[in-house]
Amino acid sequence: MQIFDVFLLEAVINGILLGGILALLALGLNLIFGVIDVVWICYAELIMIGMYSVYYAHNVFHWPLALAFLGCVLLVAALGALLHVLVIRPVLGAEPINQLLVTGGVLFFLQAMATLAFGVEFKNVGVSLPALQVAGMYISFARLIAFGVALGGMVAVYLFLKRTYIGTAIRAISQDRGIMPLMGVNPNRIFVLTSAIGGALAGLAACLLVLQYDIHPAIGLSFGPITFMVCVLGGLGNMVGGFIAAFIFAQFISVGGYFLALEWGYVLAFLFFIGMMFWRPQGILGGK
Amino acid sequence: MLELANVSAGYGSFQALFNVSLEVNSGESVAVIGPNGAGKTTLLRVVSKLLPASAGVVSMEGRPLNDVPAHQVIAQGIAQVPENRRLFPKLTVEENLKMGGFLPAARKRYAERLEFVYSLFPRMKERRAQRAGTLSGGEQQMCAIGRALMSQPKLLLLDEPSAGLAPVVVQAIFGMIKRICAEGYTVLIVEQNIRQVLKVVDRAYLLETGHIKMTGSAVELLGSEEIRKAYLGI
Repeated sequence: MQIFDVFLLEAVINGILLGGILALLALGLNLIFGVIDVVWICYAELIMIGMYSVYYAHNVFHWPLALAFLGCVLLVAALGALLHVLVIRPVLGAEPINQLLVTGGVLFFLQAMATLAFGVEFKNVGVSLPALQVAGMYISFARLIAFGVALGGMVAVYLFLKRTYIGTAIRAISQDRGIMPLMGVNPNRIFVLTSAIGGALAGLAACLLVLQYDIHPAIGLSFGPITFMVCVLGGLGNMVGGFIAAFIFAQFISVGGYFLALEWGYVLAFLFFIGMMFWRPQGILGGK
Repeated sequence: MLELANVSAGYGSFQALFNVSLEVNSGESVAVIGPNGAGKTTLLRVVSKLLPASAGVVSMEGRPLNDVPAHQVIAQGIAQVPENRRLFPKLTVEENLKMGGFLPAARKRYAERLEFVYSLFPRMKERRAQRAGTLSGGEQQMCAIGRALMSQPKLLLLDEPSAGLAPVVVQAIFGMIKRICAEGYTVLIVEQNIRQVLKVVDRAYLLETGHIKMTGSAVELLGSEEIRKAYLGI
């Protein structure tokens, strides 16, 4: 009985750690949807590109890991801004379905490009971190770091949105786009900046995921759908809702996986998601 | 200070303004009055570049605004209180005011401007941490005016400040506008509540179906037979 409890506790703790990174993934997507009102279907593919950039910088060009991480965050931030300028801006006034399709197109484009450029074989940065042993439980150090950095990243974004003029403008523009010029704010600049921040968050997530997963062109599929579900479950565009939903989802996966098999954890999480969509289609904290 | 010369504007094939010319001199308070749908809001939208003029020139202190993008109009010293106030409902009162002082020049004077707005509207200071969406209509109007004053504009544009407010509140709001004029601000108000607004401003233009029909001092217009019959019901 004693052993049983320790393993359950380990599953709960792992769930919390997983929740941190899911929350980070959801934050970027929610920020962009909340401000620009466009869903980046290709969000997880930006993460994939970021993971490859870490691999090439560190393992091929032998940059120190910290520099490779910094480069990854900057690169994906630039990609986010570029995505907005080249792809999103021309369809800003278009039907939502067209906006979905165009970012969906970017998803396949990036996947195919990655396959061509990097090949289909799995790559690994080869950094292996030990597992910590605490009171009979094994906690992955990589996950612990991911959790801590994800939390730090979220706090930084929160403070930025809350304390700075630009951050306040980012929150304001999601409430009333039309009068921003009267405040002296150029909405285009705010959109590009928000996209860059969303990209930087994807880059940060890439740095954390690269410590735990092999890299391949379809890795985005492992995170993309679940990120959307977390966002929708929390209320699309609602950053606090996404944060809460990430931890609920992660517990389903982790604890469900503990009682049954790991795959069953996902099955339970998705069942819960489907049930919630019937009960609260607007999401936990969604408005309408 | 502000001059409109033969300005026309519209939405698609619908023309809302026809050759409108008017001017606002420094230190003056001027109203554009007229019925619903006369083009009053369109006029202010043209001044703040939210809507491009199809013909004519808008100039501020002698400089034409033709090539000034909408988000730089406020940097020319023109701040607008938009129709229906348009506060950011989920931001606090103080965050709304902060947005009004977004320009780099205004950020430097933030504390001083905030103090000024709070001295003008002590109620805003009490409510500063409250979400703007939870304010009463009159308080929202104060907040919207305060937000526009944060940039220390040379010219304040007010779009229907009385809209949707109870009569007592309308009186109070016009009292505040009078105080703002007395502070030395140049003010251009568009308003349907003709009786009230003419008590506050120095001069007024009557706008009907996109044409300036009459102009004169507030006293002249209040005494005019046409306005008394058509708009004041006397």
